[in-house]
Amino acid sequence: MALDSADIAARVLAAVPASGARQVAAAPTPTIEVGSTEMPQVLTFLRDEPGLEMRLFVDATAIDRETPQGLIELIYIVRSTLDFGNLIVVKTAIDAAEPTAPTCSAVYAGVNWAEREIYDMFGVLFEGHPDPRRILMYPEFVGHPLRKSYPYQKRQPLTPERDPLTNPWPKRG
Amino acid sequence: MSTEESRQNVANAADPLSEIMELQMGPSHPACHGTVKFDLRLDGENIIAMDTTLGYLHRGFEKMCEQGTWTQVIPYTDRLNYASPQINNHIFCEGVEKLCGIEAPERASYLRVILSECSRIADHLTCLGMSVTELGAISAGFYMNEAREQFYNLNAHVSGARVTVSYGRIGGLLRDVPDDFDQVVRAAIKRTEEVMRDSEKLLERNRIFIDRMAGIGILGAAEAISFGLTGPLLRATGVNYDVRKAAPYHCYDRFDFEVPLGTKGDNFDRFSVRFEEIKQSIRIIDQALKQLPKGRVCVDDPRFALPDKKDVYGNIEGLMNQFKIVIEGIRVPAGEVYFAGEGANGELGYYIVSDGSGRPYRLRVRPPCWYGMAALEDMVRGHMISDLSAIFGLVNMIGGECDR
Repeated sequence: MALDSADIAARVLAAVPASGARQVAAAPTPTIEVGSTEMPQVLTFLRDEPGLEMRLFVDATAIDRETPQGLIELIYIVRSTLDFGNLIVVKTAIDAAEPTAPTCSAVYAGVNWAEREIYDMFGVLFEGHPDPRRILMYPEFVGHPLRKSYPYQKRQPLTPERDPLTNPWPKRG
Repeated sequence: MSTEESRQNVANAADPLSEIMELQMGPSHPACHGTVKFDLRLDGENIIAMDTTLGYLHRGFEKMCEQGTWTQVIPYTDRLNYASPQINNHIFCEGVEKLCGIEAPERASYLRVILSECSRIADHLTCLGMSVTELGAISAGFYMNEAREQFYNLNAHVSGARVTVSYGRIGGLLRDVPDDFDQVVRAAIKRTEEVMRDSEKLLERNRIFIDRMAGIGILGAAEAISFGLTGPLLRATGVNYDVRKAAPYHCYDRFDFEVPLGTKGDNFDRFSVRFEEIKQSIRIIDQALKQLPKGRVCVDDPRFALPDKKDVYGNIEGLMNQFKIVIEGIRVPAGEVYFAGEGANGELGYYIVSDGSGRPYRLRVRPPCWYGMAALEDMVRGHMISDLSAIFGLVNMIGGECDR
């Protein structure tokens, strides 16, 4: 039995009024949209609310929307541990020119790496992230490849070989 | 610290073992299958911290997918996981079908189940075989690899390619299976069952093996859930979550099978869960082969499926239809869907965004082993270096899928 995203949006709105939660889609994937600054509170609510218990973190990703105002949509997907068949997609839109959002890495452990990948691929800065490094690309890489403005054929300059003793890789934290 | 300074520090220390040592393991290490670099901080032989560097196999899968048509994504999905390409194919195709509002014919759905389960067996045999080889049980590893060959040969028999099968299509399958499909699958399963018995004898009461596995790399259920672990890694902690049961796709709801669970979430549980899952997969294949219906293997809908060759060469409508689908691509209606299935390593999900043109606007893969790798540090902390390869082996990081 799929979740009713309208009902969840209403419950999120009641618990976190500043989030402005609203239903985006009921099917095929139940989706709600919230404000970007309230995302950590919304996910905490979904995780802890009895009857929902969205404790299994599934995935976090982003979409670069080529709209005139330039939007990046952040997407968090969580599943209920009461019935693992129930999942909900929580979306938020941020400005593509200065993409920043508060980190949700304190809510789910898996978000840490997921947000590192979003930073790597889309250039979104997560405020308060414990480990804001690139994850798939190397430190010298310039740009964020999954942005629509990043040309598919673009080449990167060759980087000199590293001496790990004198010039180590960036460390965590 | 400069080279000179660090040498000086080592020379000054009375006992070199009293210092914390930093060791870089990888990116290509003989005791680890997969290209990944671990920066270890060691106290003697014990790991006190670990930093993982990924991305050595990054090829821009998601960017590539945005450049071609929907059908051109299918060969890329093969290359996500070399051990279970069929699973990747069929879950992607069913996800796009959800957006198109079509449903694959019943025969295609059954064949997807059979081929996915064969892939799952091959994947588990790869993971278990490699893991035990890294612990020194090379005979068992070779037996399992031999059984895996049966499934690669089955892939070649069905699709023409051992690994890069590209056998799924949006709306069904590329073509029907050969007439002797039933016998070939049953022969592969028979050999697998023999191998399972042999390896069980070699490992089940092997003291060295059990000592290396039991109580190593424990991760609790609550942490596993928070990390987003799925599949055998999560089930080893005792959490009963299998996408095939929780949100059935293809036609998994028609088969009778059990979900093996562990209790402690250690290496031994991860091993046993995978071992038992092979037996359950064999049960599913057996039922599906018995129930396999006759009929088409791809939808009969000119918007999504290529026309028959006799129409392409015989009349102008068929030729135009073929041309439109090949050149412009299938027109997937605008929308978004998250579709997940049970990959061999856990929940394999596709977040698919279409803008109504013939190309994917955005395609995100949720690689199951990504989150296993994220949790790896918590699993190895406090254990010895030699346990790292055992734990890493059972996380079953597949570079193609993790780095994309």
